Formats: sequence, C-alpha cells, structure tokens
Amino acid sequence: MGLPIYRKRVTRSSGGDVASLLMLVILGAFMALPMVYVISSAFKPLNELFLFPPRFFVRNPTLDNFKDLGILMAESWVPISRYLLNTVIITSVGTAGHVLFASLCAFAISKHRFPGSRVIFNLIVISLMFAPEVTAIPNYLTISYLGWIDSYRAVIIPAWASSLGLFLMKQFMDQMVPDSLLEAARIDGASEVQVFWQVAMPTVRPAWLTLIILSFQSLWGNTGSTFIYSENLKTLPYALNQIVAGGIARAGVGAAVALVMMIVPVTVFIVNQRSVVQTMGTSGLKE
Amino acid sequence: MRSGAFFKKWGISYLFAAPYVILFLLFTVVPVLIAVGLSFTSYNMLQPPVWVGWANYVKLLFADDVFLIAVKNTFLFSAITGPVSYMLCLILAWFINELKPTVRTFLTLLFYAPSISGNVFMIWTILFSGDAYGWVNSVLIRLGIIYEPVRWLTNPDTLMCVTILVTLWMSLGTSFLAFIAGLQGIDDTLYEAGALDGIRNRWQELWFITLPAMRPQLMFGAIISITTSFAAGSNIVALVGFPSTDYAGHTVITHLMDYGNIRFEMGYASAIATLLFLVMLGTQQLVQRLLRKIG
Repeated sequence: MGLPIYRKRVTRSSGGDVASLLMLVILGAFMALPMVYVISSAFKPLNELFLFPPRFFVRNPTLDNFKDLGILMAESWVPISRYLLNTVIITSVGTAGHVLFASLCAFAISKHRFPGSRVIFNLIVISLMFAPEVTAIPNYLTISYLGWIDSYRAVIIPAWASSLGLFLMKQFMDQMVPDSLLEAARIDGASEVQVFWQVAMPTVRPAWLTLIILSFQSLWGNTGSTFIYSENLKTLPYALNQIVAGGIARAGVGAAVALVMMIVPVTVFIVNQRSVVQTMGTSGLKE
Repeated sequence: MRSGAFFKKWGISYLFAAPYVILFLLFTVVPVLIAVGLSFTSYNMLQPPVWVGWANYVKLLFADDVFLIAVKNTFLFSAITGPVSYMLCLILAWFINELKPTVRTFLTLLFYAPSISGNVFMIWTILFSGDAYGWVNSVLIRLGIIYEPVRWLTNPDTLMCVTILVTLWMSLGTSFLAFIAGLQGIDDTLYEAGALDGIRNRWQELWFITLPAMRPQLMFGAIISITTSFAAGSNIVALVGFPSTDYAGHTVITHLMDYGNIRFEMGYASAIATLLFLVMLGTQQLVQRLLRKIG
C-alpha cells in the first residue's frame, strides 16, 4: 500500500508516510512562497504592487516592470551591455582558471601523492572550516600591494584558488579514477599531461561540471565593489543593485531584477543537477 | 635521493600543483598569518603598523561593550541557525530520498534554489515590510492576531527572529546536496539485511543503518553548516541595515566590517578576525568529535 509517489520499502508504515509528506508540504510551502512572490511581483502592474491589503498573486500580469527595467538600463550612463560584459569576463575567466588549476592540483595530490601533498590537503580542509571574512583585511592589503585594485584580476585570480572546488575534485578523483586506468595509459606511452587531460579529466566530468557551477554561482553574483571603483569595470549585480536602490518606486523593477539574476544560476543548476549530486556523493570526510 | 633524481620523479607533480598551491597560500594561508600578526599592532593603512602587544585583545574583551553584544548575538544566531539548518538539510534530504525520482528532482531544485539565487532573499524585506502594506502584517491583522503593523526589521525584539528565518530559508545549500548524494549512495542490501535483523520502523533504520552509512557526508555537511552559520554578517546588514536598532542584529562579522571597512582600525579588526578564527576551528573540532558517536 502506501502513497503513490513513494517507493515501497518494508520498514515504512503508511501513517509515517503521511506524516512526513505533511511536513514536506509545510516546509515546501515555506521554501516556495517567497520565490512565487518574486515571480508574481515581477509581473504585477503598478496598481497591484501598492494595493491595500496586499495581494500575493498577480491578477492582470504585465511586462511593464521588464520594460521599465529596459528603459532604466538604456538611460544608464555606462551602457548596461558593458556591465554584462564585465560580469561575463569575470565569471568565465574565473571559472575556467579555477577548474583547470584546481583539477591539476587535485590530480597531483590524489594520484601522485607527492611529498607534502598531505600537508597541503589538510590545510585545504582546515580552510573549509573558517569563513573567508576572517582573511578579508589581509587579502585587501595583498591585492593592493600587487597593484590589482580596480582591475578584473582582483576578483578573478583569488577565485582560482577557492578551496571547496579542490576538495570536491580531489575526493572525486580518489574514488572514481582507478590507478590502473592511468597506469595503462602511461604504459601506452602517454605523457603525464596526456594522462591528466585525456584520461583523468573525461572520467571526472561530473566533478568539473560541479566546480563550474559552484564557481559560476559565486562569481555571477559578485558585485566586486570591494576592489573595483571604475564605473566601466563594475559588474551586472552591482548595476542592478543600484537600480533597485532607487527605493519604493522601483519595487516592481526590483522584482524583475531579482527574477533576471535568479534565472541564470538556477538554469545552470537544472542542466547539471545529476552531475552535482554524483560529485557530492564523494564529498565525504574520512575519520 | 639526489636532487636531480628527486626532481625527475616529482617535478611534474609540483608543476601540476604549483599554480593552485601558490594562489592558495597567497590568498588563504598567508592572510591568516598576517591577520594574527596585525592583531598585535595598531594600523590605519596610512602609517606603518605599531606594535601594541595584547592591547587590542584587552580592549576587545574588557572595554568594548558592543563587541560583547556582537558575541552574544553571534552565539545565539549560530546556535540556532547552525543545528536547525543542519537538521533541516538532513530531514528534507531523507524525506525526498523516499520519493519517486521525478518528484525528487523537482523538490531538490525547489529547496536548493534560494541558496543560489543571490539577492532574491531581499524579497523578505517586502514580505516583512514594517507598514500595513507588508504581506505578513496584512495577513496577521486580517486574522486579528495583531492590531497594528509590527516593524519587523527595525524592532530590536523581532529583527533577529526574521534574520534567522531568512537565513534558514537560504541555508539548504552544499550540505543539503551532500546529504542527498550520501543517501543515494547507500546500498539497498543494507536495508534488506537490516529488516531481517529486526529493524522495525524508519527511525531505527535511520539511526542504525542510514546515518552510520552516510557519516562521511555528515561530517562534510557539518563543516559547511558551521562555517556558514558563523559567517552571518553581510546578509544581516542587507536585511536590517547597519547599525541595526540597539545593535540587536550586530554580529562578530559586522563588528569586524565596522572596524575594518569603516573605521580603518586594521589592528583591532584583525584581533576580532583572529578570535573568530579560533572559535570557528574550536567548534569544528568539537562537532567532528560528536559526529563520530552516531549510530
């Protein structure tokens, strides 16, 4: 018996199924309502946005908010395409570098076990244990010492060395890339670079897709405002935040902005969901 | 081993690891050491740092009333959001895992989406708006629970509750996915064997089979959850402003941002950062030890 959406298992009582389903519905509603509200508000005409009492769902959906957003963007002093280009450059170069360098290093740690690799990996695990805010001040000093202030480098290059990506990649390689496979390629005369690029990397596809997603998400939402001052180098999230900061009059446009910014990372996740879950399966820490 | 032979054997490995390791040392390891060093100085970024010994720590612990408020808030905040979000991740992943794959995929996306949607959490400021146009106020007034609008985000009695709620809403992130993956990786024969061995209900199964089998993911998830719960700061500022009413939403991170980004007292800010670093590592060790006792 049991509920139709459940898979059958011996130890499951129907009562328990109903109880957990009930809890899922309540928590699901809590998670979904703000999202629905964002989507619904983005399509609300002005008279519904400031309706009293406020209404949750939109009655007469309209694209006015998106049109207003387009007008505000067209009027901006730096063309919006420039902000978009900045974000695309930071996101793509940052993500590509991170995936390449983290994979190379994870490969050397996981498969070569060179002297010192254990120390490095332990440091990386420890770095997962504290918030990056702790190092914000010294990082600012370092970046300003290097002369990277007010350039893409200040955001891109530190992102290459994000520790979560290396951790996930190394764990995945430990469990999913058999040493015998690499050894066979070496016997066939492949150089170590070929072994890495042509044997290991295709095998760990789910892991680097996951690294792409994680890196993409953090860079796509990055305002870069700590390091970047020039208006024509600023990012899309920064520009859109400025539009929203216009206050109550921008409530509808604000919802439209939120929707636009949300669609991209969510879509990227939907496309790669299976790979991410597979990678997280190897994320476990041994005692 | 001669250095030539050593290089021949490991050279390529060091070459592979070098770009990442150099950047990691430069942007993660060295900064921690710099922060510890600066915490013993007075430094305003214009003049060279001056050694002051323990003075920053003494001032922080004994003379800074606002810091004590921040510590109290941070502990309250992380003691609630850390464990609750961890349990939420685990329970939801566990419920979802029982469902058919298509339903599971949809719900995974629904729960995970808030954590990757950037500034979308700001929608809560509209839902919890302090006037009668705010959706929460409007509903509560209509139901007759309150008679006048509550200023959710500026009233010191309520603003912490709202920030905790919002933080929980966007906390189903990396840990949640790790748990889903961990659950899917458990061998079904374990459950069949368990049923034969007299496991009666889902709770026994969870405690004796599921949790021990996914312990590596539980430990990884704990690390991420603890780090996130202590790192609360910029989202709180976005919701309740800075400084919040009566410092009711002031955390150690916002205190750090205050001295680092606004007052440029870098030595003092580094002392705050160093203390926070030590507390986070201490908590991590404690929790890792607890998790080993499961099952």
